[in-house]
This record gives sequence, structure tokens and C-alpha cells, in this order.
Amino acid sequence: MTTETLQTLHMTDHLDLLESHAIFILREVVAECERPVLLFSGGKDSAVLLHLAAKAFAPQQLPFPVMHIDTGQNFPEVLDYRDRAVEATGARLVVAKVQDSIDQGKVIDPGPMGSRNRLQTVTLLDAITENGFDAAFGGARRDEDKARAKERILSFRDAFGQWDPRQQRPELWQLYQGKVNPGEHLRAFPLSDWTELDIWQYIEREQMDLPTIYFAHERDVLLRDNMWLAVGPFVEARSGEKIERLSVRFRTVGDANCTGAVLSEARTLSQIIDEVSVANVSERGATRADDRFSETAMEDRKREGYF
Amino acid sequence: MKLAHKDLLRLATVGSVDDGKSTLIGRLLVDTRQLFDDQLDAVVAASEKRGVGDLDLSFVTDGLRAEREQGITIDVAYRYASTPSRKFIIADCPGHVQYTRNMATGASTADLALVVLNVAHGLKEQSRRHLCIAALLGVRSIVVAVNKMDEVNWSESAYQGVVDELDTLANELGFESVISIPVSALLGDNVVDPSPNTPWFDGPTVLHALESSEAGSWSGAHGGARLPIQWVLRQPGGGRTYAGMLNGASLQVGDSVTLLPANIETTITAISSGSGARDVASTGLSIDVALDAETDAGRGDLIATAPLPKVTKEFAATICWFGEAPLRVGQRLRLKHTSKVTPVRVHALSGVVDIATLAIDANTMLQTNEIGLATLQSADALVLDDYRDNRVSGSFVLIDEVTNATVAAGMVGRAAFL
Repeated sequence: MTTETLQTLHMTDHLDLLESHAIFILREVVAECERPVLLFSGGKDSAVLLHLAAKAFAPQQLPFPVMHIDTGQNFPEVLDYRDRAVEATGARLVVAKVQDSIDQGKVIDPGPMGSRNRLQTVTLLDAITENGFDAAFGGARRDEDKARAKERILSFRDAFGQWDPRQQRPELWQLYQGKVNPGEHLRAFPLSDWTELDIWQYIEREQMDLPTIYFAHERDVLLRDNMWLAVGPFVEARSGEKIERLSVRFRTVGDANCTGAVLSEARTLSQIIDEVSVANVSERGATRADDRFSETAMEDRKREGYF
Repeated sequence: MKLAHKDLLRLATVGSVDDGKSTLIGRLLVDTRQLFDDQLDAVVAASEKRGVGDLDLSFVTDGLRAEREQGITIDVAYRYASTPSRKFIIADCPGHVQYTRNMATGASTADLALVVLNVAHGLKEQSRRHLCIAALLGVRSIVVAVNKMDEVNWSESAYQGVVDELDTLANELGFESVISIPVSALLGDNVVDPSPNTPWFDGPTVLHALESSEAGSWSGAHGGARLPIQWVLRQPGGGRTYAGMLNGASLQVGDSVTLLPANIETTITAISSGSGARDVASTGLSIDVALDAETDAGRGDLIATAPLPKVTKEFAATICWFGEAPLRVGQRLRLKHTSKVTPVRVHALSGVVDIATLAIDANTMLQTNEIGLATLQSADALVLDDYRDNRVSGSFVLIDEVTNATVAAGMVGRAAFL
């Protein structure tokens, strides 16, 4: 068989190239850094990241632990998924709890209904320091937000965990250099160039397991600030709000009290891909109350050390 | 729904500050409906809040607080777009000279440069610098948007004057494809839709030029296969495979290869990638390979097919210097080339590029954002191709040994125009 016919049989498409690039980044950071960790929320992006990490080092086990920053305001389906996905890789799971930061008096408890989204940064930075991690993989994508669109694939954080968008290291070609001094660390984003649609196409191609809340299901929801919130322990109806039972799914997974559902009948991966292909609202715009505080909400949180 | 296979074009914007790069990208994205409703609403709201009209298109990519306050681009924004014929990764780069390092970051992975010039100003020094850096980085195709045509009353002679000046420089720099287009990014003329204001122009719109330009035009696939080893994987039963991202020519099971710098000849006995075992792999794929010979190969070594790269501890290179203090002869730095990191010393500096004339001026130091020719000596042997033959095995960065900052982009050899 000639080289040409062989190449046709193994034609690389854009998902192969995205997968290859992400695997390259994972291997490069592990080789250059002393103590990496993979940040895992149980959302679709971190699911893809964990899947890619397992591929990058197969048949060996992951050469780093997986860490979940647990706000205590999770969807139970996501915690179930977290445990089975991490167990499937054989990796060590580190859980850092926002509740511990509250109990230690480092942050103030916003109450059972209040958002713990911003408090996570303190818990995350403390966990990075306590464990001596010098690199943290994250599933962030540049198409999610205008501040993320500006971030390097290997993003430097100073000894206070801060991101300085004016002083990013040049990042030329694919020469990712990950050396940091003690106390500093890197965030590494192997999915930087993936779009939401790429993520779903890849999940379909790889037949990946996901939390069930990504697929359309009947649920009690209420409309608040133009977002459908799931009624549950962290969201109760206020006066004037009406609880309805509707077919919904989640486009992103965050805290139960700041992640909105979208009305959807998409029960399979191919139906979700159809839905995402024609969406006219961005995934964070549709579903994340935490990005609506101000024009630069994500940039402000990232500067402090957020994911 | 199965989405048709589309190719991918990586492009970077190039040009001086305030010539309208971000506005042009904003216009392209808005007029091809790449923005979600909420993103467009947010740009409208931000424009209103800052008193810059109904819709400041530059806010589509200028997403940082400081960028919007100052009305400039500080760092590269990456945007993703898709039209019926192709996918795009757009790096919208800053124009200010102090952010040249960020422009180089955006251009280093680009197939094509979208050059934006102000028709009233022509080629400013910073435009020339950017074009020179794009050419050095190996960009072979440029689409030139001669912008702000509305401000010169759509004058054909004003347009032609800029195009003549640009063509002379583009010819010197050796670009293979140059397409110039008179546009108004602000009003949208000739960006996505042809303009009624330029009846004398019969070329393509910017979108059409980007859709029809050759993608991946320069992956350096003329030489042999190059597989820099990133990581060694231990297989069940005691064997080892060598993992890395392949570039240059394809590799297939049975190929004779040379392990460098040790210069051991061996054979590829197996290849696998993210989707499992395969007989052949092409450029851009992350793979791991098994070799016939027992070796102590590891990270920093390189597996190659003929024509082989050279193994050396002293080499000439073209340097774009981003350090705050000048680069001087005798200076010690850390070098990263493929997966190899080694200390280097600047043995000689043979000249600095004069951006206005492209002449080489004799000098013994390089100031911030200058481009120069240097000879470097490395502690460990490096396995190098000329940058013009291979973008991966011909490129390196220099790193400050104390701060770990990346302070230079380096290309092995010397571009034809220098």
C-alpha cells in the first residue's frame, strides 16, 4: 500500500488535531513542572480534559492527582459523576472544601442561599499552596469569555495567585515553558482552542460518559433574572416566583444556585450537537449568573486567582 | 447532524496602532454573525457606557478593562469563527511597539497575516516592523486591508499609493501571496460585502480572500519527519514507547529512523495515537512510537528521517529580543528548543536589522523589540533544522535564568531578505 492511500485511510480531522495539541500540552507541562494537578469540576470541559489526560499517559496511570474545589452547593448528579469518572482513571482525588475555608474564618459564609462562587478562589489558592502544586490544569476555553480569550495556554500566576493580563509571558510557537520560582504557579489550559461545539463533537466521537443533567429531563424550575434555576436545597421560590415543571438541560455545570438551565428536548448527544450548532446565546450568557455582575466580571475574578 | 469536514486557517492581524485591526476583526465577526446575541448586546452596552457611539467594534476583541479604557489592544485575543467553507482561529494582535512580544506570540502560529494599514498614513515604522516579524516567523501569505477609505473619499489614487509602497516591501520580504483590498472597517465596505463606493476595484472582499487563501500553507513539510521526544511511556511487559508530536514528513511502521543526537539508526516497529494503533502518522499528530533497538532515548532527544537535521553546539540564528535590558555578547540564558532545555551563551552579535531599510547595521547589543543576528553556543548538543525548512525543529525561545521570563524568539539560520 502506498503512503498516500494509507494517509487517506487515517485522514486527520480538526478533532484529531485539537486532541493532539491538548495531549502535547499535557505531556509538556508534566515534563516541565514538579507537582501538577488537574482541576476537575465534573463539567463537560473538565471531563474532556480528564479523558485526554488518561490518553496522554496511557498505559500508565495519571502522573498527577485530580482536585475538585467543592463549594458544597453542587448538583448531586455531578458529584456522582465526579466519583465514577475519577475512579475510572485510577487517579487520586483531592477535594478542597469551601466549607473548610468558612469554618477556618478565611471567608464569610454567605448563608445557605448565597453564592459561594467567588469564595472558591480562596479555597483553590490555599489548596495549591498546601499541596505545593506548581501547575494546575484547567478546562477553560478561549471562546467562553472575552477575558479568557486573552489568556495564554500556560498562564503564569504570582506568589499571590494573581493573573496580570498586562504582563503575560510571550508564548511562541508551541514552545510552552513552565518554569516558575517557589510560591508561584502556572495554570495550563489544554482546551484553549476548543469551541463548545468541538467539545460536544469530541464527546460524541469518544462516546464519553457525562453527568445526566447535560441531557434534557423534567425538573422543577423557576425563572429569576431571566434564567431558569433548578429548585432545590440552594434555590427556593421567592414571593412572586412560580415553580414550573419543564423539560430542561444544563449547558454548563457550576453551583446549583448560579447555573441556569436551558429549555431543551435534547436527550442524546446528536440532539445536543444540533442544538448547540444553532444556539444564538453563548453558553455562559445563557446560564451563568456569576458573569453578570459587571462588564469585566470574569477578568476581575481571574486577576484574583479564579479558575 | 454530521458536520462536513472543513479545513482550518490560522490568521493573525498585523499593523500599527490605531489603523483599525480590532475594528476590522469586530466587523468581520459581526457581519458574518459569529457573535451570540448576548455577546453583541454586551458590546453595545459597553460602547454606550464609555460614550463611544452605538457599537464600538473593537470591543468585540478588546475585552480587558484597561483595553477598553484606553481604546488600545494590549494582548492577543483569540476568536473562533466558522463559515460554510472553513474554520478560522483569529489572533487579534496589539499594534503598539511595547507589545511587540504579544504580536509575535499571535503571529508565530499563523498561516496568514491580515495586514491593516491606514490609507492616510501608509506604511508606518511599526507596520514595517510587524511585516518584517511576520515574514521572519514564516508567514507566506498576506491579505492587506487598506483601511479608513471613507476618510479619503474612496480615492483610488490614495489607495494605489499605499499599495505600491506595500508591494515594494512585500516583495523584499518574499511573501508568496499578497492580496490588497480597499476597506472601511468602520462602515463595512469590502469586508464581508462588496462596496458600492469602490467601483474601480474588482478584487475580493476580505472574507472572500480569507476563505480562498491556502490553509496550513507552511508547515515545513519539505524535509524529513521530526519527532521530538516529550515523554517515555512504559508498556506492560517492560517495553518502552516514545511520545511526542510529529511534524515534517509522515512516519510509518517500518521506516528507518535515526535517534539524535546519539546518532543511532533503528526502525519504527509500532505507532499509536489517541485513537489507538496505526500504520502511519502525519504532521501535527501526537503519537508514541516503539523502536527496534534497545536505547536509552529520553526527553530532549529527537527521532528523524532523512534528510537529517544537524547536531551542533554552536549555531547562527535570527533573534527577536523582548528583554527589558539589552542583549549583549557573553550573556548567559536558558534555551528551549523542542523538548530540550540547555544553557546557552551569546558568542557573537553580528548585526541589528534596520527596520526602515532592512539593512544590517553592525552592533554589539540588541535593544528591546530589535531583531538581530547572533551566534549562540550551547552547553548540550542541539538537533537543529534551519527555520525555513522546519518551523518546529528550527525555532527556540530564550529564557531569563532568574525570572524565568521568555525574553526572545529565535529562528535558526537567516531569512533570505536579511
